[in-house]
Amino acid sequence: MTHAARELLTGGEAVAHAMRQIDPDVVPIYPITPQTPIIQGYAQFVADGRAHGELVNVESEHSAMSAAVGAALAGARTMTATSSQGMALMAEIVYIAASMRAPIVVAVGNRALSGPINIHCDHSDSMLIRDSGVVQLFAENAQEAYDLTVLAPRLAEHPAVLLPVLVCQDGFTITHSAEPVELLPDAAVAEFVGEYRIPHAMLDVEHPTSQGPFAMPDYYFEFRRDQAAALVRVLDVLPELADELAASCGRRYSAVEEYALDGAERAIVALGSSAGTIKDVVDELRADGERVGLLKITSFRPFPAAAVAAALASVAEVHVLDRADSPGGAPPLFAELAAALYGSTTALHSHVYGLGGRELHPADIRDVFAGTASDYVGLRGAPCHA
Amino acid sequence: MSRLKTLVRNQHGVQPLRGGHSLCQGCGIPMVVRTVLSTIETPVIVVNATGCLEVATTRYPTTAWTVPWLHVAFENSAAVASGVESAQRALRRRNGLTSGQDVTVVVFAGDGGTYDIGLQALSGALERGHRFLFVCYDNEAYMNTGVQRSSATPFGAGTTTTPVGLDSFGKAQRRKDMTAIAVGHHVPYVAQAASNHWDDLSRKVERAVAANGPAFLNVLTDCPLGWGHEPRLAPQVLDAAVDSLYWPLYDVVDGAYRLTYRPQKIADVEEWLRPQKRFAHLLRPENAGLVDEIRSRIERDWNALLERCNDEGG
Repeated sequence: MTHAARELLTGGEAVAHAMRQIDPDVVPIYPITPQTPIIQGYAQFVADGRAHGELVNVESEHSAMSAAVGAALAGARTMTATSSQGMALMAEIVYIAASMRAPIVVAVGNRALSGPINIHCDHSDSMLIRDSGVVQLFAENAQEAYDLTVLAPRLAEHPAVLLPVLVCQDGFTITHSAEPVELLPDAAVAEFVGEYRIPHAMLDVEHPTSQGPFAMPDYYFEFRRDQAAALVRVLDVLPELADELAASCGRRYSAVEEYALDGAERAIVALGSSAGTIKDVVDELRADGERVGLLKITSFRPFPAAAVAAALASVAEVHVLDRADSPGGAPPLFAELAAALYGSTTALHSHVYGLGGRELHPADIRDVFAGTASDYVGLRGAPCHA
Repeated sequence: MSRLKTLVRNQHGVQPLRGGHSLCQGCGIPMVVRTVLSTIETPVIVVNATGCLEVATTRYPTTAWTVPWLHVAFENSAAVASGVESAQRALRRRNGLTSGQDVTVVVFAGDGGTYDIGLQALSGALERGHRFLFVCYDNEAYMNTGVQRSSATPFGAGTTTTPVGLDSFGKAQRRKDMTAIAVGHHVPYVAQAASNHWDDLSRKVERAVAANGPAFLNVLTDCPLGWGHEPRLAPQVLDAAVDSLYWPLYDVVDGAYRLTYRPQKIADVEEWLRPQKRFAHLLRPENAGLVDEIRSRIERDWNALLERCNDEGG
């Protein structure tokens, strides 16, 4: 284990450092709150000669992802970043990036989708591309955002995977909040990520390939099935990479994190920064003798259904906190839990919270554990059109 | 004749775009592609927007391409090319690739993927100064989806979304001057060409590739299906487009305009309109005023072009 420096950094700054250390070849960038500190921080590293990526200041997120696909398939390690409307605009190309097996790493600062327009956190932007075939990892804090970003290129470029990896951190709550972050030594990151290698780089002109062809009903289905299988293989690849990273940093990541689930009767399942607040409440309630716990989902795509089912096997009551809604249907995380626990006797409850940056207070979490919280946690009064 | 030899030699015995594709008889697109790619001496990477060329040449598991070829979507081919070009620049810097290993990035997109849905990405890529060649094969409508109007469709043309009827004479608006829009980006090389003038097109490709920065070629080419002419008449129809001054051939080098072809005998616009079913209604007596309007606009545009050529000493 290498000793590393602790610095006071925001999540955005920490990920900019990770990008500097990974030192990708091409970085298409376009500003949007709350992701902007990531690309600004990285651009300054390039300006100062501390990073060497080719910055492409594109004219939209759609072009950011398009340029990223071109660069990654040409043979260059490529990263970009986005949030909210930017994610919505690039969504078309996110699907294509996954289908073309372009191992792009995207830093996401999660933010609510319009409308009304809002700049604060929820997960509706990530959920919009839930079915695109990309890997979606959610960080709890700046340290995790940094560590998962360091891990991401290896995961994306793994020969069994070859898919975009999106490292999601909650807008403002993580992107703009400073906390102590332990950075790995530059050399350790360089060694961990290694060289970028993909099969069939476009720039290998001696071996020409046609990429992105037209596939009709006789082949399309097989392409989609292959791609889905590659995404599921992330669950096999992640543990070995997590072990390798843990050897450098001492922190080991897995698709889910079990927190105080031993002997728990009630548990909350959540993504992102709220997990930190929930851990505090769990600690307090456990000190009072209440048997409560948390299951934090780090990998939302692929969804580790077996690990989730195993972790919650002896929990009687599960409350799923979704920071995105699915109007007219089941909220996305709840739907995954319902599928993972299908056939079990666990009682499942759905709560949507925190849309558009609405705070989630410890008192709200106590209400959830107490079974007194409503379907919409933290909703203030009646809707104005009611 | 020497140019023809160059084109043949540069194919190294293999067509960059082979036969066996499913483009229509009389379609001008393969001529544009082969003339462009056979002129370029360096290895190429082709980026292709969604459209006839893409659909007709790469039905999986077949491909008509013998050069590296990349298709991502309809509206983003210039952005994809930006990424490919940036990758090349980054890897050259990192791995010390020499200029002898230069790869020319060439985009092929139709008028829909250039004038309309692709305009933003193209504008961004031109402004950023990527070193690439964007070739618009302009057949003046969305032909792949069945002849819908685009902003390149000329005034008076009937399409499936600007049908001719009792209350309609076809498209009511003028076509967009995409060549002028490209010039407005202050790029080193912009040209207007036509697929029948393959020698002129080939010279322009040479200049475009030599330019230190983005280059834009707007190449008029026919679509027998959408224009409604016999496939065998394609060269004559395109000759009439150029000789009637409807589609002048010129280039703009660092902002300086230069006419590259001046018809010896100027053809009347009716020679351009008559062979094409999309214009058939214009030749009815009651529409004579529309033809006059088209004629006078061509004259005005031509004079303005000559003035720009003279201003620049061309």
